[in-house]
Amino acid sequence: MSKISGAEILVKSLCEEGVEVIFGYPGGVLLSLADKLYAEKSIRFILTRHEQGAVHAADGYARATGKVGVCLATSGPGATNLVTGIATANMDSVPMVAITGQVRSSLIGNDAFQEADIIGITRSITKHNYLVKDVKDLPRIVKEAFFIASTGRPGPVLIDLPVDVTLQQDEFKYPRTVDIRGYKPTYGGHIGQIKKIARAIEQKKKPLLYVGGGAIISGAAAEIVELSHKADIPVTMTFMGLGAFPADDPLSLGMLGMHGTAYANMAVQEADLIIAIGARFDDRVTGRIDTFAPNATIAHIDIDPTSVSKNVRVDIPVIGDAKTIIKELAAEVNKKDHIEWHRTIAKWKKEYPLKYKDDDQVHPQYVIETICDAVKDKDAVICSEVGQHQMWTAQFFKFAKPRTWISSGGLGTMGFGFPAAMGAKVGRPEAIVIDIAGDGSIQMNIQELATVVMERIPVKIFILNNGYLGMVRQWQELFYSRRYAFTPLSKEGATQCPDFVKLAESYGAKGIRVTDKSKVREAIDTALKEEGTVVVDFVISREENVFPMVPAGESIDKMIHGLA
Amino acid sequence: MGKFVLSALVENKFGVLARVAGLFSARGFNIDSLAVGETEDVTVSRMTIVVDADERTLEQVKKQLNKLIDVIRVQDLTGGRYVDRELIMIKVKAENTNIREKIVQIVDSTGAEIIDVAKKSVIVEETGDEHKIKALVELLRPYGIIEIARTGKIALQSETNGK
Ligand SMILES: Cc1ncc(C[n+]2csc(CCOP(=O)(O)OP(=O)(O)O)c2C)c(N)n1
Ligand SMILES: [Mg+2]
Repeated sequence: MSKISGAEILVKSLCEEGVEVIFGYPGGVLLSLADKLYAEKSIRFILTRHEQGAVHAADGYARATGKVGVCLATSGPGATNLVTGIATANMDSVPMVAITGQVRSSLIGNDAFQEADIIGITRSITKHNYLVKDVKDLPRIVKEAFFIASTGRPGPVLIDLPVDVTLQQDEFKYPRTVDIRGYKPTYGGHIGQIKKIARAIEQKKKPLLYVGGGAIISGAAAEIVELSHKADIPVTMTFMGLGAFPADDPLSLGMLGMHGTAYANMAVQEADLIIAIGARFDDRVTGRIDTFAPNATIAHIDIDPTSVSKNVRVDIPVIGDAKTIIKELAAEVNKKDHIEWHRTIAKWKKEYPLKYKDDDQVHPQYVIETICDAVKDKDAVICSEVGQHQMWTAQFFKFAKPRTWISSGGLGTMGFGFPAAMGAKVGRPEAIVIDIAGDGSIQMNIQELATVVMERIPVKIFILNNGYLGMVRQWQELFYSRRYAFTPLSKEGATQCPDFVKLAESYGAKGIRVTDKSKVREAIDTALKEEGTVVVDFVISREENVFPMVPAGESIDKMIHGLA
Repeated sequence: MGKFVLSALVENKFGVLARVAGLFSARGFNIDSLAVGETEDVTVSRMTIVVDADERTLEQVKKQLNKLIDVIRVQDLTGGRYVDRELIMIKVKAENTNIREKIVQIVDSTGAEIIDVAKKSVIVEETGDEHKIKALVELLRPYGIIEIARTGKIALQSETNGK
C-alpha cells in the first residue's frame, strides 16, 4: 500500500464516517488539512465568520439530524473560540466531533506561537478528548471519536492534531470495529425493574411522565405516546424534551419547571408516581429540591447512570436506552385509566392557563403563536437564542414532533440560535428553519449573516426586540426594585442601534420591521415565502415578563402568576 | 461522612491522572489520597483513591469515575476484605548518640527501618497500615521531626474463601 499524509488520512477517515459537512475556520497549522479538504468533493466545507459560529452550527446540524456534527478550528485562538460551543453541546448531550489544529509536537508546552492547551481546557466540557501523537493512531482515534460522540449519552469529542502529524506519512487503513474496554454503554433495561414500573403504574392513582431531552436523542417519541395512551398517563416535558410528545395531545401538560405551566408543576407536586425518561432533575426543573414531588414514588429511565439519584433519590432506576425500555414498558403494562387524576388536572388547566394580555400592542407571545400558526403542518425547525423570547417560545409554540426545537438548555448560551439554525438548515434543507432571537443574543453571532448569505443557507431570523436584555431585566424588576443595571440595549423611542433592517440589507439579506400587531402575520408569511435569509425585527412591548415563574430556589408550586 | 477506599483500573496513558484529578476538583469531591502505579499488565494502572464522602456522594464518585472513558473498572473496597499499605519516610533529629540509640530502639520495636544516617539526623522508613504509621510518627515526634514524605494508600482486595 502506498503512503499518504496525515491530513489525507484524516479526510479519508471523515469520509469513512459519512461526514457530509464541516463547519470551520482555517489557520496556519491547518494549511495542509484545508488543502486536502479542498480536494475532497464529498465533504462540504462551510466557512463561518467566527469559530463560535462553526461549533454552534455543527451542534444545530447534529440536533436537527441526529448525526454527528463536525467543526474545525486552528490552534490557539481558533481552538479557544470553540470552547463555549463545546460546553453548550456537552450540557445538552449533542454528538459532535471538534477538530483543532495544534502546534508542532516538539513545540507543545513551549508557549509556542498560537499554542493553547486545548486538551486541558476542554477536559471537563467534552465526553472525551484526544491529542494525536502519531499518525498511525489517527484512523483509530477518528473511529473512536465518532463512536464515543454518538453512542450512550452522546456528547462532544475533541481531536487535537499537531501540524507535524498532518504531514507525517502512513498507509491508510480504517478500522472496522471499535473496542474501548472502559466504554461499554448499557442499552437494554433490566426487565425486573421495568416490571416494577409497570406494577407501580397499575397501583398508583396519580402517575406522571416527566420527559426530557434523552427521549428525543433516543428516538422514543412514538413509544412514549403509546405508553401514555395505553396506561392513560399525563405527560410533562422539560425544556429539552419539548417535541417528544405532541403539545396538542389532551394528555400533554406542556413544560414543567421555572417557566413551566402551573398545571404541570402542580401535577408534579401532587403525583404519586413520576416516571422520568431521559431527564436529569435539573435545578430549573425541580426548584427547591427537598420539596420536589413530595408524594411521589420516582422511577427513572436513563442511559447515563450518573444522572440517576444525583439530585433526587430514585426508587426504581432503569439504566438503558429510553426507546427500548419504554417499548417494553408499554407492552408490559396493563391498560388502565386515571379518570379522577385527569379531572383534577383539567380543573387546574382551566384555572391556570398560559395567558398574556392580548390588546393591540405587539406582544411577544402573540408573535410566537402567529409563527406557530404560520408553519402549522409544515416541516419546520425552530431554534432560539437565550432569554425571555426563548421561554415564550417554549411556552407558546406547540411542538408536535421531536427534533423541531433546538435551543441551548443546559448552558443557556446567548448567540447559539442563529448559527445552530444555519447548521440545522444544512442538515435539513427541505425544512423551514427559524431562529427566534432576542435583540441582545442575536448580536453575539450576527457575523454569520455573511455565511448564510454567501453559502445560500436561507434561515429566517425573527427578533423579538424589546430593547433590553429582557430576562435579566425581568429579574431586576421582580427582585431588585426595578434597578435596570446594565440591561437596557436601546432607549425607548430613540433610533435603533443597530438598525436590524439595514444590518440585514448590508449583508445582502432581506430586512423587515414590524411595529404594528396587524402586520405580524403578513411579515411572517413574507419572510417564509422569500427564498433567501430574512431578518424580521418585531418591535415588541418593552417590559413584558415571562410568567408563570418559580423564583430560583423556591418550591415549584410557589409560582408567580403575573397577570391577575 | 466517612472514608472509602476505591481501587480504579485505568488506561496507562498520559493525561489519565489529570482526568481523574480534574473530575474530583470540578465536582467538589474530597480526595484524601491518591496513589497510582502500573499493574501486572503494562497497559493498565491502578489508582487507589481514598475519598471522604457521604454514601450518596460516594455513589456519584463511583459512577462519575466509571463514566470516564479511560477508566476500565472501579472497585469499592470499603465493604469487603482488603489489605492496604502506606509507605512513610521520616527525617528525625538525632544530634547525639544517646538520642540515636533511642530512635534505633523505637525502630527495632516497630519493625521500621533506618535507611539513611547523617550527622544530625536519620531517615526512618515504615510500611504499614494507617494505624501503624500514625503510631510511629507519634513515637518519633518528641525527638523532632524535620520532614515527612508519605505515599497515599495502596490496596488490594483479598480473595474471599469459598466464594
Ligand atoms: C453568553 C451569555 N451571556 C450572558 C447570559 C445571561 N443572560 C441570560 S438571558 C440574557 C438576556 C438576553 O437578552 P435578549 O437576547 O435580548 O433576550 P430577551 O430576554 O430580551 O428576550 C442574558 C444577558 C447568557 N445566558 N449567555
Ligand atoms: Mg431583548
